[in-house]
Amino acid sequence: MDAVILQVLNGLDKGSAYALIALGLTLIFGTLGVVNFAHGALFMIGAFCAVTLQRILTFSYSVIDETQKDFLGNPLKVETPYVVSWFGEATGNSIIDWSVPLAILFSIPVMIAVGFTMERGLIKHFYKRPHADQILVTFGLAIVLQEIVKAYYGANPIPTPAPDALTGSFDFGVLIGFGENAIIYPIWRLVYFFFALAIIFMVFAFLRFTTFGMVVRAGMADRETVGLLGINIDRRFTIMFAVAACVAGVAGVMYTPINSPNYHMGMDFLVLSFVVVVVGGMGSLPGAVLAGFLLGVLEAFASMNEIKAIVPGIDQIIIYLVAIAILLTRPRGLMGRRGVMEE
Amino acid sequence: MSHTKLTRRGVLKTSAGFGAALATPTVFTGASWASESGYMNAPGDSSCTLGFNVPQTGPYADEGADELRAYELAVEHLNGGGDGGMLSTFSSQTLDGTGILGRKVEYVTGDTQTKGDAARASAKSMIEKDGAIMITGGSSSSVAVAVQGLCQEAGVIFMAGLTHSNDTTGKDRKANGFRHFFNAYMSGAALAPVLANAYGSGRKAYHLTADYNWGWTQEESIKASTEAVGWETVSAVRTPLAATDFSSYIAPVLNSGADVLVLNHYGGNMVNSLTNAVQFGLRDKEVNGKNFEIVVPLYSRLMARGAGENVKGILGSTNWHWSLSDDGSKTFVRSFGTKYGFPPSQAAHTVYCQTLLYADAVNRAGTFNPCGVVEALEGFEFDGLGNGPTLYRADDHQCFKDVLVVRGKENPTSEFDVLEVVEVTPVEQVIYPPDHPMFAGGDLGTCNPGV
Repeated sequence: MDAVILQVLNGLDKGSAYALIALGLTLIFGTLGVVNFAHGALFMIGAFCAVTLQRILTFSYSVIDETQKDFLGNPLKVETPYVVSWFGEATGNSIIDWSVPLAILFSIPVMIAVGFTMERGLIKHFYKRPHADQILVTFGLAIVLQEIVKAYYGANPIPTPAPDALTGSFDFGVLIGFGENAIIYPIWRLVYFFFALAIIFMVFAFLRFTTFGMVVRAGMADRETVGLLGINIDRRFTIMFAVAACVAGVAGVMYTPINSPNYHMGMDFLVLSFVVVVVGGMGSLPGAVLAGFLLGVLEAFASMNEIKAIVPGIDQIIIYLVAIAILLTRPRGLMGRRGVMEE
Repeated sequence: MSHTKLTRRGVLKTSAGFGAALATPTVFTGASWASESGYMNAPGDSSCTLGFNVPQTGPYADEGADELRAYELAVEHLNGGGDGGMLSTFSSQTLDGTGILGRKVEYVTGDTQTKGDAARASAKSMIEKDGAIMITGGSSSSVAVAVQGLCQEAGVIFMAGLTHSNDTTGKDRKANGFRHFFNAYMSGAALAPVLANAYGSGRKAYHLTADYNWGWTQEESIKASTEAVGWETVSAVRTPLAATDFSSYIAPVLNSGADVLVLNHYGGNMVNSLTNAVQFGLRDKEVNGKNFEIVVPLYSRLMARGAGENVKGILGSTNWHWSLSDDGSKTFVRSFGTKYGFPPSQAAHTVYCQTLLYADAVNRAGTFNPCGVVEALEGFEFDGLGNGPTLYRADDHQCFKDVLVVRGKENPTSEFDVLEVVEVTPVEQVIYPPDHPMFAGGDLGTCNPGV
């Protein structure tokens, strides 16, 4: 039983990432009608916002220490971050330690700028074009973005740890009545799960309870009629693209302590996130979230040794098998709307 | 990919060589290696071209970049530039800075992308279009095996780069292929006694293994060597090569009864699985009355940096490390560090050595003919290249030398100071017979000069 609960927890944190990326994909598809294959790259850029802020905060000046030698036998250059120099050792090191949570604030304006530039500079020219064209151009854009990141940051993963206070694991089993050490779970993964829930709640609340959100929802349902009412729906949709970019970006920032970011991480999530969107139902925001968590949990269970002993290799294909089963029985996905991508 | 102009003279020369080879009875070709015809891509009088096939894109691009730096340094030294590097410490003193056999060394580069088909295509292009007489490089066993096969068919020498699978000089060995890097068997043989000493015998190990050729041979090797020192293998689970989050694979370890986790992963897989294992508190756990331990049998300093603090205290093995204090290592680190500003990786070291070993073999053979080079390298004993006395064994074209057992450093002084050498395992402890079962099923065949 404890193994089952542990895999549910694993599935939920994996599903959190799927759900956040799929949510952004669905927002863009639902508003602009664009199939955005560069969405994984936005997740990756968000992660590299955390790396960038970490580098900014650890930007250092060097002092020659004659008592120590470097690898060539020359006096060692000891690096001291300016932040430590300005704020003192305790405060400076704390600021560096909390660089990942701080990177959320850093990433929001960056992602708005990236999203706005991407939409106005490229994607708006493809609104009237077939979906195949949109896929080609956004996939090409994704490759360009990841190559730029690789050229600047290198190909190897870059460690971006969580704050010390949130590093390590805790005994979840004791909280729910199991014995000690039965269910050990990393603190940061739980933080990521609740963070994802908070972001999802905020997006839904924004769309549900604000006038702006109401207009966007109306535009998603009937763009032409909203336009005839004199509302500049295109401008609102552009803002929604930037919001979707922000959702992907902050998801990427918070993911960095779970797995060290590398230039390819967006592509690793992209295909699975598209499966999530299709399973949830094209254009359905609740469907994207539901399918994200569902497929995350199923993938975690398929990785269990007991399951793999019965069906070898099931962990690598379970998501696709479930997608086939759902699309055969519910062609519009779990919560898909009639008429979306059916013309 | 850089290109060399296809000249009328080159075409005529190659055609003449091809015709001569066809016309010559094979009984005469066997011993006449000094003849400058009758083999693939015979170089002209002024220069020779080497083909450096490294991952310039893809997940191992940083290792590829470091290999390329080392190759450029080797070419510079062979042509008499720079400080000469390990030419001065190499026990065979045929290299004097005048190129190879008096010809200036030139090179072309290819991008393996860490994909077998792409690596073969770039190697083929370098051989056919650029006239490369030798192909070298790579950062993956699947690529090494693929390119080695191609070089055997084409009739050029292949000097493998970073490849750790037993199969490269085991079941997939080829007469035209040579490996300086150590292999999975050697990692196990070096590591197991150190593990038993550090963590005790009677340990229970749980393996997570990357599901491809290299992972399988490493798992087999580490299991055999650790079981030989009294450890028990509780379970060995294969993980997809494309996996990025290993939490679902690590969760079952917690309740498996194992007290050691062996990560048969490399590159991004290793960084992520190790990070995940530490996140799940494995290193803080106590099982069977013992501290839970993690082992990473194959370390790469470039990769270890990606795992950050998580590598601290974790044991593994490596082919070479820049902190070694022998003359060869110190000279190489000084040359490389002065030119590039940071110490070389083990990938850089092995490809630099391979380039020098090839050049020296050509000089000693007095010919670029691949069969002459094979003859010169087989059974060749040398020293001064950073690993102590080394043998290029004739039976399988594998180098035998000391192996380093390393540990993630607790108090690094710089971003390069990630690992510390725990033990230099003598070669006698890691050598194995050519017909060892883990290397069975292969046949070198005969050298192929290409025409």
